[in-house]
Amino acid sequence: MRPVYAVTGGVSKFAKARPDRTFQALVKEAYDYALKDIGLEPRQANDLVDGTVGSYFSDHFQRQLMSAIMVQDYLGLVPKPGHRVEGGGATGGLCFQEAWKAVAGGDMDVCLAYGFETMSHVQTWKGNEFIALASDVSFDYPVGGFYSGYYAMMVTRHMKEFGTTVEQMAHVSVKNHINAIYNPYAQKHLRITIRDVREAPVVAWPLTRLDICTMSDGAACAILASEEGLARIEKAAGRSLPKVRVTGIGRGTDAMRMADRPHQSFEDFYRYNALPNEQDADSRAYYKDLWDRGFRYPGVHSFRAGRMASRQAYQRAEVTDPLNQIDFVELHDAYTSSEIQTYEDMGLCRYGEGGRFAESGLAFMPGIEYGLDLPQRPKCSVNPSGGLIACGHPVGASGLMQAVFAIWQLQGAIGRHFGNDRLQVRGARRGAIHSHAGTGTYVTVSILEKED
Amino acid sequence: MENHDIPTRPEETLDGTVVFNVPFPKDLKDLAGMAPVIVKQPYHIDYIHSYGQDSPFFAGLANRRLLGSRCTACGHTFGTPRMSCMACGGDCEWVELPQEGRVHTFTVCHFGSEEFLPECPYVLALVEFEGVDTLFLTRLLGVDPARPSLDWIGMKVRAKFRRLSRFKPTDVWFVPA
Repeated sequence: MRPVYAVTGGVSKFAKARPDRTFQALVKEAYDYALKDIGLEPRQANDLVDGTVGSYFSDHFQRQLMSAIMVQDYLGLVPKPGHRVEGGGATGGLCFQEAWKAVAGGDMDVCLAYGFETMSHVQTWKGNEFIALASDVSFDYPVGGFYSGYYAMMVTRHMKEFGTTVEQMAHVSVKNHINAIYNPYAQKHLRITIRDVREAPVVAWPLTRLDICTMSDGAACAILASEEGLARIEKAAGRSLPKVRVTGIGRGTDAMRMADRPHQSFEDFYRYNALPNEQDADSRAYYKDLWDRGFRYPGVHSFRAGRMASRQAYQRAEVTDPLNQIDFVELHDAYTSSEIQTYEDMGLCRYGEGGRFAESGLAFMPGIEYGLDLPQRPKCSVNPSGGLIACGHPVGASGLMQAVFAIWQLQGAIGRHFGNDRLQVRGARRGAIHSHAGTGTYVTVSILEKED
Repeated sequence: MENHDIPTRPEETLDGTVVFNVPFPKDLKDLAGMAPVIVKQPYHIDYIHSYGQDSPFFAGLANRRLLGSRCTACGHTFGTPRMSCMACGGDCEWVELPQEGRVHTFTVCHFGSEEFLPECPYVLALVEFEGVDTLFLTRLLGVDPARPSLDWIGMKVRAKFRRLSRFKPTDVWFVPA
């Protein structure tokens, strides 16, 4: 595999509705921004791009099949190669990784990954229905298909088994919403408190409206290149560009039906799922005790797909101690509860410790006032951008939005793009992006690193 | 934060006036600032959905029987039937599940997909059965949706069946045993 660089990216303004633009024009907004940032005209860029990967989740939202080719022709990129990927909420993450593969495998030197979703084309309740169609329509959907309900069932079990509290979940909401105040691309700019989260209307007990991301219209794109491709881009741009390399990708899957989740043994967990930082005697004893008390893996409280994606990406990027070796994570916080579950999958803490990790302060941004009494100093900022909860979740764009924010973090360019540098992770050298589908059915993790 | 219990605006709906004409500028340059034209595009479908190899489950519900499946190779037992084993890839056979189980986890949905909005609030639960390796998604009735409690987890529940089957997984539901 060849080295792959994430060269530039752009994000459209995420909003509840963007009736001023069709989806093609939303992608162009992001693409034009990405090009402008490295000083390229569309004509120059279109000469350099070898092909594309397009990302959008649901054909239902546009009521338009083959939307990706309409983006490709709108951008002026026909007759170059291109295809669409789809994998629920992880569509954007999958798209990023498909572009990585095209470059790493030698098929392309410069690949454009773009994604979008225009969810405002239906009422929220109909949108919930479309999203719920990403659950088994024979056995799950007809029972009362509703994704917030599915995630609420996961966290109810998490609370019962590990003592996770709604206040711990609310810490995630406060962190991500307040981070987003400094991110002009975010859909929501709310200064909220734990109490606000708990007093918001309950959507699916115990999740309130402020525990859950919103539907959104938006687009994002990233340009990935080989060393040769990067050299060509730099030549056209007339300057050297900051180097951000994608040092590892990982993916995992799990059963569509939450009811089908297995209940693995302690031995199998250590054989297939444990991370390098869980191999010490203390962690083994911790997990042995969990199993002795009835814990089974992954159950409905954990995402085995997220663990497998992390494990593969970490192995390839040589990450053995994620909390200490990763400077920031942009992860798929469709729910505050799923951010907590994902801390555990990604090995920022052990399974069962996610609730306490959420309120520890370790995942917060330094220098930002949250109005919370946090016992520990930030160590690995999670969702410095505000995440899906505050930025919005235009499904096909979300995973690429994370990639763009990660590129900007590692370029040290947050100040330039956000108009303020409050969310710039100081000295960031390595970041992880995490994209997640269904009830944990497809999950991708990609590691990006600054190269001197 | 505003108090969400007291509505401050009416619900937006998709019915209303149809527009037959819009203002248009004399100079085409002014079109750059034009507001988008937004129209309604209805779309209705009736699917011919076959349950395929899972059909016996639905026929079972119509006969007040709750069916799961068991792998003929490794013995893994599924609380939601599947005819190919997820653990080993072997073929599965039909087995009858006990009609009593326990609540593994649950939620109360106060909002939902359009189709289920009129039924809110409703309780979703995953039920576990003794000796069965996976769970079953169902509605839980006979509990007060206004008073959810983590103590519901582990509660003994039993299956009830619709007399007039609709051939949907909601032909069965559970109530406290």
